Amino acid sequence: MIELEGVSRRYGDAWAVRGASLTVAAGELVAVLGESGSGKTTLVKMINRLVEPTGGTVRVDGRDVRDQDAVALRRTIGYVIQSGGLLPHLTLGDNVAIVPRLVGWSAADIAARVDELLALVGLPPAQYRDRFPDQLSGGQRQRVGVARALAARPKILLLDEPFGALDAITRVALQREVRRIHGELGLTTVMITHDFVEALTMADRIAVMWKGELRQVGTPRELMTAPADADVAALMEMARTQGEQLLAHAGARRDPQLSGSAAVGPGPSAKREP
Amino acid sequence: MTELLAGLPPLLASHLAISLLALAIACAVSLPLAVVLAARPRLAGPVVAAAGVIQTVPGLALLALMVPLLAQLRDWGAGVSPFGFAPALIALALYAILPILRNAVTGLRGVDPATVEAARAMGMSPGQVLRGVQLPLAAPVIAAGIRTATVWTVGAATLATPVGQACLGNYIFAGLQTRNWSMLLVGVAASAALAVALDLLLAWTERALAGRPRDRVVRPLAALVVLVVGVIVVLPRVTVPGGAAAPAPSVATAAATARITSVRIGAKTFTEQYVLAEVLRARLAQAGVGADVTSSLGSTVIFDALAHGDVDVYVDYSGTLWTTQLHGAEATPRWAVLAQTEGWLAREKGVRSLGSLGFENAYAIAVRRETATKLHLASLADLAAAAPKLALGTDYEFQSRREWAAVRAAYGIQFGRAATFDPALVYDAVSRGDVDAIAAFSSDGRIAADDLVVLADPAGALPPYDAMLLLGSRIATDAHVLCALAPLHGAIAVDLMQRANLMVDQDHATPVAAAAWLLAQIHAPACPP
Repeated sequence: MIELEGVSRRYGDAWAVRGASLTVAAGELVAVLGESGSGKTTLVKMINRLVEPTGGTVRVDGRDVRDQDAVALRRTIGYVIQSGGLLPHLTLGDNVAIVPRLVGWSAADIAARVDELLALVGLPPAQYRDRFPDQLSGGQRQRVGVARALAARPKILLLDEPFGALDAITRVALQREVRRIHGELGLTTVMITHDFVEALTMADRIAVMWKGELRQVGTPRELMTAPADADVAALMEMARTQGEQLLAHAGARRDPQLSGSAAVGPGPSAKREP
Repeated sequence: MTELLAGLPPLLASHLAISLLALAIACAVSLPLAVVLAARPRLAGPVVAAAGVIQTVPGLALLALMVPLLAQLRDWGAGVSPFGFAPALIALALYAILPILRNAVTGLRGVDPATVEAARAMGMSPGQVLRGVQLPLAAPVIAAGIRTATVWTVGAATLATPVGQACLGNYIFAGLQTRNWSMLLVGVAASAALAVALDLLLAWTERALAGRPRDRVVRPLAALVVLVVGVIVVLPRVTVPGGAAAPAPSVATAAATARITSVRIGAKTFTEQYVLAEVLRARLAQAGVGADVTSSLGSTVIFDALAHGDVDVYVDYSGTLWTTQLHGAEATPRWAVLAQTEGWLAREKGVRSLGSLGFENAYAIAVRRETATKLHLASLADLAAAAPKLALGTDYEFQSRREWAAVRAAYGIQFGRAATFDPALVYDAVSRGDVDAIAAFSSDGRIAADDLVVLADPAGALPPYDAMLLLGSRIATDAHVLCALAPLHGAIAVDLMQRANLMVDQDHATPVAAAAWLLAQIHAPACPP
């Protein structure tokens, strides 16, 4: 569905992304994991031409994106950013309706679709349709951001740190819902994150970015058990240590006997089956 | 008071028209420029700074600068009158650019980049992002800039009077010069009310932009309709001096065949000029020639306007032209100054002089009688010794004029302090004791009324200032005009002029009434209509 082939992006003398290759199969959820400045956002923005590559080829649905009109291409790819990126001067309904309007749906179809999507992300349409973004909590805004990205029935969804600004409880709830929607709608999803727990629990496969290079692409278990190099190993080790510390603290309070046991696995495997 | 307010509607109308047109031009220039600059931060700094430099030029100076600039352009073939509407419009538009441009750039750049990127990522084209996201989100800041510019422009438009554009400044300048405070207040109150009204209209529009979606369309449209209707209603009444009228040379030939039916009279910014303009109007009217008076014109503006055919007739003073235009400096007899000036006017400018009106309005250094008595002052030579302990008060221009340099050189006078005042306030300043000596005008009735002593000028450092009636080439040979105006030659003695001036300055008579009184004293013959 999405193919990146030796893709690079250079700003002056600095390489934001260098020689990255990644193939995302239809229906797959891939997390691009990396620290701030690792180039993960640049990599994903090259899929919908928000950033133009200086080298390499990007194909979506088998077609080179350079052969497609950037504006038209973006209308077929859902995009969610941190804090939702809602237009503050439009109601939630109008925000969700943006892309359907751009591609020329009828008013009746748009109205029906808006209600359907608000319901899908758990916001009763009658109650929320005419509100403005500043009347919502961060989590609600992010839900609307997801609804808006899905409005024109894209096959592909790009998520740029979508849960980064949320509190832990909201984050976990929304992670589950996005994973559910991904499955229900049969989407192909690429999610940027710097949170390895998020990557490990949500993704079918994880692409690890390190200083502009794609170091390893694999399932969570592959990364945990067979890291490609020392940097990936260090990253995974950090995840493991954090998980163990978490368990140690929680365990110490409840039952000192359990502390230190059971290494953190990549989450229930059922979740990763598409 | 009703007489005072009778002139208000046309002045209000032209004030509104010039302000709105200037704002419209400023918006048309600034808003697209801001869109371009908002995307190019490195360019935005210098351009906004350049607009800021325009803003630092005082409004009056910017307006006055436009006159020689446009005159030069016309010499190069541009069909724009350097007088009246065009210079006022250009200067006010330039003045309004900064607040609109700066706020628009700030507003557009203040839009959250993440919001703009989200809009792009959804597949909005650059134009759609601009119209649908950036402009609506920047609208409150942009609107605030337009409101600031509106208030400034309506205020600054009062300064358009000295370049010949009719506006509420006519009340202010004339009121100040003739010490008619209610006239001054009418001008100030009307321009303030206009500024507040426009500001409220814009505020109403601005609130609508932040409000319900339907209001976002309806209210700005309503406001636009109000403004457009306002402009349409007032525009036909706005006179554009010389704008459509043919330039002087072609008219000169036409004048030989066609009778002149309308004459444009000019007046500078002081009482005597207002009275004399009304004298000219009354004389022309009884000869069947209509006339419009454009008053409160700047001293050099009015001469350029006459030379370019934008004004047909006004009264100037031989010494003023002799020093500012002919650059005469050395002491020269009165008759020679007049003759040299008249010769130069005819030769170089195609301007005809009908000779002296019969009085001089000279610069004269005057002191309070008690000062003169105490310090034994009779002439400028006596003043030299006392001057270091005294303060001098003059109008804006005297201290930078050649006449003052000549006086200082001739007598070695060095005042301890020197201040400048509006001409209307100079006499008050010396009477109250704020200053000790002033540069007075010899035909001003207040010299006698305030019991001031004029100091003699034995060295002849101050040139003579015969009041000369000057005619532009368009009307210079018209029999009816000449019949009406020629009898004024030598007809007005200085004491008559002083009394007429004092009627206005002290007794608050209108210039029209003072002119009628003056004409009744001189018995000029009537002309056949």
